[in-house]
Amino acid sequence: MSAATHSASRPNEGLYDCRDAFSKTLEALAEANDRVVAVVNDSVGSSKLGGFKKRWPERLVNVGIAEQNMVGVGAGLANGGRIPFVSCASCFLTGRALEQVKADVAYSNTNVKLCGQSPGIGYGELGPTHHSIEDLAWLRPLANLLVIVPSDPWETEQAMCFAAAYEGPVFIRVSRYPVPALQHKLDRIEPGKAEVMRGGDDVAILANGVMLHKALQAADVLAEQGVSARVVNMAWMNPLDIEAIIDAAGTGAVVTVEEASVRGGLGGAVAETLALHRPVPMEMLGFPGFAPTGTVDFLFDYFGLSAAGISSAALKAISRKG
Amino acid sequence: MSLSTAPAPVSGADRIAMVRARALAIRRSAFTMVHDAGLGHPGGDFSAADILATLYFGVMRYDTKEPRHPDRDRFIMSKGHCTGAFYSVLAQAGFFPEADLKTYMKPLSKLNGHPNRNYLPGIETNTGPLGHGLPVAVGIAIAGKLSAKDYRTFVLTGDGELQEGSNWEAAMAASHHKLNRLTVIVDRNRLQQGADPASRDKPLCVIANTIKGKGVSFMEDNVSWHHGVPNAEQFAQAMKELI
Ligand SMILES: Cc1ncc(C[n+]2csc(CCOP(=O)(O)OP(=O)(O)O)c2C)c(N)n1
Ligand SMILES: [Mg+2]
Repeated sequence: MSAATHSASRPNEGLYDCRDAFSKTLEALAEANDRVVAVVNDSVGSSKLGGFKKRWPERLVNVGIAEQNMVGVGAGLANGGRIPFVSCASCFLTGRALEQVKADVAYSNTNVKLCGQSPGIGYGELGPTHHSIEDLAWLRPLANLLVIVPSDPWETEQAMCFAAAYEGPVFIRVSRYPVPALQHKLDRIEPGKAEVMRGGDDVAILANGVMLHKALQAADVLAEQGVSARVVNMAWMNPLDIEAIIDAAGTGAVVTVEEASVRGGLGGAVAETLALHRPVPMEMLGFPGFAPTGTVDFLFDYFGLSAAGISSAALKAISRKG
Repeated sequence: MSLSTAPAPVSGADRIAMVRARALAIRRSAFTMVHDAGLGHPGGDFSAADILATLYFGVMRYDTKEPRHPDRDRFIMSKGHCTGAFYSVLAQAGFFPEADLKTYMKPLSKLNGHPNRNYLPGIETNTGPLGHGLPVAVGIAIAGKLSAKDYRTFVLTGDGELQEGSNWEAAMAASHHKLNRLTVIVDRNRLQQGADPASRDKPLCVIANTIKGKGVSFMEDNVSWHHGVPNAEQFAQAMKELI
């Protein structure tokens, strides 16, 4: 497909729901390649696939409320030569169908593109059954499966285009939380390549997904206090950019920020890497357990996933330098 | 200590009138909650209201003072998205104050969008992901058999929910174990988004032919009310009709 031009897909103002970039890109991919199909679980609306359904009703497979079947059907479609984008609320895609994701997709190494919609705590008040803060920890150990956590519409579009062209299993988190379009340094995403969004020497903040723009805000707050913070976009959970993490440790203090459980996700991956290669003081921000009731913004603030929370975690990490 | 339905069952016609009044109150309450929270699933709340009123005010034995009484009848709201109706019936039955309904989905509220047994009495298991209620109910019913208890177990599922394979695995187990004290009620509102228990040696499935959005003219059979939220005008109109 001809990807939308850089500037057109990266407007500078306003806030964006990455599901719009997801559905727009999927339609462009489907137009360019008739092997592209969508597979859903009664989730046409929440995946914003109404337009796709109208244009290619026969290429949208709705299995009903049956996520295990959905992922298995996706693997079968790949076997039959199709490029299935399996789209479903991330909590059910990764939780309910985890064994299908493991055996039919990752272990079988099938050409399935898993699109986890409204991940993290995107469902707010609907609570922990609908939150998907465990997905990164569940998927990261699955060999063969590439895991991408885009931060904004441009990166979502890039991840979709990459996935369509790549032969093999990919998981993409597609957020609904409104985010600004960020000024990316890369022209295109590359597997396993982290992106330094902002240079800095006193501390490195490693973030991905909708936390990336909050990390950049935190760096502004820190700059006002004379602290120079590096901000690194860790969109790729698998493969992981080991070099970028070791480089980050060169600042002497590392903070990870993710819209996910503090156990086993980005924080876990970075901690493993630092422990093996270059231990430095580290703070991890994320969710310590099942979240209480609340809107998304309430919960972000409650757990310090805000410019204020991230900057104070950064100061704490710095204060622990030897 | 004795278990009873609350209030004590009255005779035939009165009982039906009482259950009807309760169902209406559940709808009014649920719709108010969805309106105030700006979030919820009123269509499925309304189709479930008669079923919940019948169970809690006509059929089940429970003690709100001892909500985990070992001999209580169990109810599992497998269509866990319909908390507007479920919390309303629990409050009306006396498990917690009706005033708490005002906190529905507010920050740090015990009334989460989906039911949490660790927050509120009267909830047997946390639901929300569809297709979880029946397997848990099968376990409860097997436990009842093992300990020779005569409690009954009821599960309410959505009709769309039956697309989840876990229900069918559980249905086979229920039949295999001859769980005659287990009753599955399917809220057959056709939109997604009475037998004598003593004479049975099988589990029972009641298909309740319901209407999604029941009771409000513009909501009945209209799938856009699966998780629709009323504006002020719609709310006022609905409250006029729900009397
Ligand atoms: C495993 C799982 N997949 C998807 C959903 C999203 N979801 C919530 S309600 C609903 C429709 C349910 O329809 P039905 O069971 O008929 O319930 P009712 O009509 O009574 O609301 C769906 C798909 C979910 N809660 N759980
Ligand atoms: Mg239904």
